[in-house]
Amino acid sequence: MELFLDRLVIGLGQGAIYALLALALVLIYRSTGLLNFAQGEMALFSTYMTWQLIEWGLPLVVAVIVSMILSFIGGAFIERAIIRPVGDVEHNPLSIVIVTIGLFLAFNALVGWVWGTDGRIFPKALTTTLNLGVTTVSWQTVVTLGVLVAELVVLYLVFQKTKLGLALRAVASNSESSRLVGIRVGRMLMFGWGLAATVGALGGSLYASTLTTLDPSLMAVLLIYAFAAATLGGFDSPVGAVVGGLIVGVVTVMAEGYISWIGGDLKLAFAFFLILVVLMVRPQGLFGKEQVKRV
Amino acid sequence: MTATSPSSGTTRRASVAPPSGVFSNPRRLVVRVVATVVIGAILIYLPQYYPAFRVGQFNTVICFAIAALGLNLLTGYNGQISVGHGAFFGVGAYTTAILVADHGWPHFATLAAAGVIAFVLGVLVGIPALRIRGLYLALVTLALATVFPQIIKRFSDVTGGAQGMRVPKFRAPDWTGLKDDQWKYYVLLTCAVVAFVLVRNVVRSRVGRALIATRDNETAAAVLGVNLAFYKVVTFGLSAMLAGMAGSLSVFNDPFVNADKYGINLSIFLLVAVVVGGAATIFGPAFGAFFIVFLPDWLPKSYPQLSPVLFGAALILLMMVAPGGFLGGVHQLTAWAKRRLRSSSGDPPAAAASPGPTSGTTGPGDELA
Repeated sequence: MELFLDRLVIGLGQGAIYALLALALVLIYRSTGLLNFAQGEMALFSTYMTWQLIEWGLPLVVAVIVSMILSFIGGAFIERAIIRPVGDVEHNPLSIVIVTIGLFLAFNALVGWVWGTDGRIFPKALTTTLNLGVTTVSWQTVVTLGVLVAELVVLYLVFQKTKLGLALRAVASNSESSRLVGIRVGRMLMFGWGLAATVGALGGSLYASTLTTLDPSLMAVLLIYAFAAATLGGFDSPVGAVVGGLIVGVVTVMAEGYISWIGGDLKLAFAFFLILVVLMVRPQGLFGKEQVKRV
Repeated sequence: MTATSPSSGTTRRASVAPPSGVFSNPRRLVVRVVATVVIGAILIYLPQYYPAFRVGQFNTVICFAIAALGLNLLTGYNGQISVGHGAFFGVGAYTTAILVADHGWPHFATLAAAGVIAFVLGVLVGIPALRIRGLYLALVTLALATVFPQIIKRFSDVTGGAQGMRVPKFRAPDWTGLKDDQWKYYVLLTCAVVAFVLVRNVVRSRVGRALIATRDNETAAAVLGVNLAFYKVVTFGLSAMLAGMAGSLSVFNDPFVNADKYGINLSIFLLVAVVVGGAATIFGPAFGAFFIVFLPDWLPKSYPQLSPVLFGAALILLMMVAPGGFLGGVHQLTAWAKRRLRSSSGDPPAAAASPGPTSGTTGPGDELA
């Protein structure tokens, strides 16, 4: 039982990280209908920025916030300068996929070029644990889950209670009509990308602080888990991304722990299997809306 | 049903319709024959001229070209985006490696085995792909590409895992008098020519038109009597088969396999080869394969860390300038040049009155535009 609880806690901690990156994916998908293959590498770049700022002497929290602001600007810039000129995803999905793959390769290489491929040591903010009697939880996990919940609340408030959020939702639902009622669609798309990059930066920084070292190959695998999380929750639902992330985290940790032939090597294969099953059984995910295609 | 070939296929891809124009227009026929002979002669002469190292690179290009050809059938012509063909390539490579190294099969026999196994796997992936479209399919196949090396590592007692395994070399028989690298080149080139001719014929047939109609508008294709499920699954199988055979041939060329060779990067590069060369063009994948093998060579070497950055940037730039890839861009340019020529010669009636191949062969450039 104690082992089970330990694994549950570890799973939730990992799941929270997956959920943070999945949230970034969902934010872009909601506003543009695009799966951003470069999301993980963009988050990687942001994480290295955080590391650099800490190295320059900023306190951890300040460094993360500055990095999030820079990521917002960078994300918005990428939408305007790179994604928009290529065209919309409905019309030419293959070009968009290739462009995000180009971004994936470029960002990964850029990190290697600027910061080198050797591991960098990211400071651990919290090393103490919280004793709950039946099991112990590291404060790191508690903080990660707390940040996740706070982020979800903020996103909910922005999307549901502000005019900006209304405009964002209008663009996601029908960009042409939004343009007709005077919403600056381009700006909203830039905002969506910026927001996703910001969320990615936060997720990446939190992830890095759970690890011993930071290196450029960090995100490729994390991206698959995040995809699994977003698929499970439904690509158009932020709540779904969070729930999906937590489920993927717990299920993969449990599978690794209890089913011996899966082990560490096939953990990722298990996530892949999960994606496949979800898409077969319930393509819209747990919380997603079913899409109807008209002729 | 027999006569109702999907009309969207025939009108949108005028160039894949039976090219009767070639035979009705002797000048075009001559140009084609001469071009084929010249290119063929160059291809045959290449390994005599270049050193073994370069020939090895050409061999890699040929393997990638065959794999990209298969991927193009799926992604370019049928519209199913796969970022996971590196896995099928890897399956083919491991089939050959294991059969040759551990079971003493001759190389050529393993080529067929690799094709069959990859075909079956392709069909198995293709069946769930029926319910998964567009970017979701890209995502699932991306996951497949990421998972493949891990599976190889998990079963390391058969596959050699991360250490990899060494395969007996594919040697030139004595009667040929060729060096090993040249022999490999000619074998690979022959396979590639056969594969390209077969795919070209498939694409220009009724089956090909059904594939294209499915890509352009599934609902319309279904209404016209195209059996969507059958075509999509079989296309997935054929596409995987070509990738698997390419992987098998890559072991002929380079007798060493390990898990990380067939990871996500390979899958990405194959898709890049298709799109850079020109999706939904016959020879696009060959150009694309050449590009992905030789571009890293041409990029400045003084900053080795910088060249992948430039590679990514080049990719993005290409999609902005020529979304139809290299061949798409060439077609756009020639179409533009023809228009300019006609308008400057001040002879519009002649141009308008010739409905023959000149106006019909606007080619793949516009269908991607």
